[in-house]
Amino acid sequence: MSEYILEANHLTKTYTQRSGKFGFGKTLVKALNDVSIKLRAGKTLAVVGESGSGKSTLARCLLQLQSIDSGEVIFAGKDLAKLNAEALRSVRKDLQMVFQDPFASLNPRMRIGDLVGEGLLIHGLGDAAERKSKVIAMLKRVGLTEADMQKYPHEFSGGQRQRIGIARALVLQPKVVVCDEPVSALDVSIQAQILLLLKELQQEMALSYIFISHDLRVVRHIADDIVVMHQGRVVELGEVADIYERPQHAYTQSLLAAIPGKKVANG
Amino acid sequence: MSNSKDTVQPLLQLQHVTISPKNTPSRLLVNDVSFTIEAGKTTCVVGESGSGKSLTALSVMGLLSQQLKLNTGKVLFNDHETGVQDISLLSEKALQKIRGAKIAMIFQEPMTSLNPVLTIGYQIGESLTTHLGLKNHALKNKVASLLEMVGISPSRADSYPDELSGGQRQRVMIAMSIACEPRLLIADEPTTALDVTVQAQILKLLDDLKTRMNMGMLFITHDFGVVADIADNVVVMFRGEIVEAGTKQQVLNNPQHPYTKALLACVPDAEGKKDLKPIDYAWLPDSNPQATGAAI
Repeated sequence: MSEYILEANHLTKTYTQRSGKFGFGKTLVKALNDVSIKLRAGKTLAVVGESGSGKSTLARCLLQLQSIDSGEVIFAGKDLAKLNAEALRSVRKDLQMVFQDPFASLNPRMRIGDLVGEGLLIHGLGDAAERKSKVIAMLKRVGLTEADMQKYPHEFSGGQRQRIGIARALVLQPKVVVCDEPVSALDVSIQAQILLLLKELQQEMALSYIFISHDLRVVRHIADDIVVMHQGRVVELGEVADIYERPQHAYTQSLLAAIPGKKVANG
Repeated sequence: MSNSKDTVQPLLQLQHVTISPKNTPSRLLVNDVSFTIEAGKTTCVVGESGSGKSLTALSVMGLLSQQLKLNTGKVLFNDHETGVQDISLLSEKALQKIRGAKIAMIFQEPMTSLNPVLTIGYQIGESLTTHLGLKNHALKNKVASLLEMVGISPSRADSYPDELSGGQRQRVMIAMSIACEPRLLIADEPTTALDVTVQAQILKLLDDLKTRMNMGMLFITHDFGVVADIADNVVVMFRGEIVEAGTKQQVLNNPQHPYTKALLACVPDAEGKKDLKPIDYAWLPDSNPQATGAAI
């Protein structure tokens, strides 16, 4: 196997937006404009940029949750963009996603046990007893208890819900996990707990992460490599330490300058 | 600007404010909170979700929900005209004269706090008409100058909220809140929903306006990075109580309370020198989560 577990080459994605009077006109928005990234096995690749820079579109296109206009996504020797729906479904077992908003991403009418076990059911992994034991093990691993299986999402705090979201993604033992701003909806004090949990799980389960974020303080702690996006393009990429110490592109420099708390840190 | 009365009395004084639900008065959501805000200074209230920081702010505006009540305590507001008065005792009608005119508030979510079917120019002008009686041309000019002040082109006055980005909407919220030149501005996590680059702009804008208009500012946040950028004084809240208060230098550089230390320790730094630490509750004498943070 090559050094890279997931590669995306020359991705483009264009949205049509209605514009003008009564929305009769059309404008094309290039959400992804010739984007290429490479994810090293067992490492974390952070994608940073402000809203509208195309980072969430990139996440969705990598997992083929959205179709791409052109380009290729190579995972395990296959181009995901060319797979049919059935083949894609079986590959998705290895590609999971942790979503941004733990309040919106869990079905409020499902119990936690069913939510976490849903992926196992869909992929037909194990019988009911095996599934249950896997779900329990996963819940315990993320810091919840067996009794929580019977509860509904509204009974949990934001941090706990994000733990459920992580359990749901990881119970399938994926190889690549795309985390779309997993901590930006959480308090600073809870962020650290979730980040540490993600780091530990990465070690234990040999996961590779694509970590989408606009918070450069968080990225500094979790990422190995970093891709800076601006208006649908990759403006800079490299190892975390390099980019933070020697940002080349003006946009990266402005992002770094905007980190709150600089005044005290430097003075 | 400031007369002798101001220098004697601070702009806002919270004295022993206690808030609890009406049907369970023993459950103290905010317990014996006292602090002061001076004109031209920013006081940051820091704490996690559920620490009572937003409730404290709402109680200043008299906007507490029907189910909650301010049990004891005074909210002393120092006004030019009427002098010092306890605004928690005022009638709804009297409060309406103060809200928006003397004390204004910026809410957390710029996406949901603007009315989607009214133009931003109308929404900014609303409080000017209500409080100052501005109309027609004078109103239009004032709205234009306010928009300019927050860095939006005055030609956007006829735009609807959905035509603006998140940062622009928050600027509109700021323009609305400063329209009547309030003496006190309450900002409840105004930048939490925004990108870092936009956040930096908004913080700078608020800081400039505060200085220019000699406003007092009550700034609510959970992010110590933001505190470092904007605060003069800091109040740290935990489970409804103030655990530490002081100047920014005191609290950030020399925190006394273990909770402040724990909260500071879990803020990630941009240099990556510090190890990431989960919040540490080991200092709590009683690990029972129901405990209302017994005074240490």
